[in-house]
Amino acid sequence: MAYPSQRTRLLQGLTVATVVLFAIALYLALFWVGPERTQGEVQRVFYVHLGSFLGAFLSFTATVVAGIAYLRTRHPKWDTLGLASVEIGLGLSAITVITGMTWAKPIWNTWWTWDPRLTSVAIMWLAYAAYLMLRSGIEDPERQRRFAAVYGIIAFASVLFTIIIVRVRPDTIHPVVAGPTQADPTGSFDVTDRIRDTLFFNLFTFAVITAVLIWHRIRLENLVQRVSRRKMELLAEL
Amino acid sequence: MSAEPTATSEKTQAAAPARAARQRPVTRYWQAVGAIAWKDLRAEIRSRELINSMVLFTLMTVMVFSLALELDSDARQNVVAGVLWVTVVFAGMLGFSRSLAAEHDRGSLDALLLAPIDRSALFFGKMIGNLLFVLVISFVLMLLLTVMFNISLIEPLLVVMLLLGSVGFTTIGTLIASMSVHARARETLLPILLLPVSLPLLISAVRGSAAILNEMPSEDWLPWIQLLAVADVIFLAAAYSLFGFIVEE
Repeated sequence: MAYPSQRTRLLQGLTVATVVLFAIALYLALFWVGPERTQGEVQRVFYVHLGSFLGAFLSFTATVVAGIAYLRTRHPKWDTLGLASVEIGLGLSAITVITGMTWAKPIWNTWWTWDPRLTSVAIMWLAYAAYLMLRSGIEDPERQRRFAAVYGIIAFASVLFTIIIVRVRPDTIHPVVAGPTQADPTGSFDVTDRIRDTLFFNLFTFAVITAVLIWHRIRLENLVQRVSRRKMELLAEL
Repeated sequence: MSAEPTATSEKTQAAAPARAARQRPVTRYWQAVGAIAWKDLRAEIRSRELINSMVLFTLMTVMVFSLALELDSDARQNVVAGVLWVTVVFAGMLGFSRSLAAEHDRGSLDALLLAPIDRSALFFGKMIGNLLFVLVISFVLMLLLTVMFNISLIEPLLVVMLLLGSVGFTTIGTLIASMSVHARARETLLPILLLPVSLPLLISAVRGSAAILNEMPSEDWLPWIQLLAVADVIFLAAAYSLFGFIVEE
């Protein structure tokens, strides 16, 4: 099964477009938008912070969809999507944590604190790292795919926990930018136009980055499988 | 190996005359659940291998905690909820991996799977068996900590907390143990898979128990009890729908 060349070209085109989008998004975040009133320049990291979290959220949602689809159809392509989305999600949520830390050091005067939000993100990251451990621990390929699908669905509980926790716990110091919280039940989104535009552009960019990265990872996985099949064929001929 | 299917059929036959007129699947479902839980319990009452090691492990963990943390009476009041739950979680994990590993190694899991019952009935039977062990451990631990830490843990609210926490933890624990039992390094894989998914449960349980033990007003512990109840429902529903896929072969 050779890879269709027009699909390769489409992916190449998308990749170039994504790089351009990301450059524009960074330009908007770093130069175009003014510094925030109380936090100053360090607030610029927020656009990447929220963007990468959105990417991680989309990836892990894709894992759940892939898990359900795999259990229903038993087609291995869904398992490949599950694996790809977990790996990309892990990378993106690592970016979320690291950018969060660089912001927290000047603002909170500590890299890390056991705030409910930070704790829940750490738990989320560990749950998906455990997903990869489960895959490497099971040898039978059919069973590996099945268990991975089940665990990918269960692990999503930690993502929901991360999103819900700041909205139900009054003692978090993590800012909630949009939507209702304990302190502000009606919810608000009170920012200048430039901040809003920059934020939305960054969120859009990160959604595209996530999709393109997952596609690349799926393609890589397909190549790996093709190479190992070819190896088996060659060994059989010998 | 043959003990398990016999236990199931004995139970069904014993109840057959009463049920013959109306063989409704609901009744038989819970009969199957009860039979599996009962066989686990009976095997344990006869061998006592799991409960002995779990109780000893609990004793040692409490010792290790008190020595390692060098607890004075103030510190004890603050950490007792954490010690309680961490010990329940670790002792519980011992039990989950043993309960399914033994079934897997003897090959009796295949026999159970051959039984003409719903797969989720098998899960709930196993889970209730595990739950009983965890509850025994929790009870022993409550008495032990009350004596050794000189803090009265015997409170109705704390019992509710322990019940809710154990149900959620046992549900997700039994589900994940039934996967990790097929892995190469199953003893190390179970904690790695189980801890991240059960940490939200553990956090709620520890915070809620601490609030109850420090005699805080109800708005400090009620949200945690609600959160535990919601988590229990989610985990039970997930286990009900996913267990069939795990034991497919």
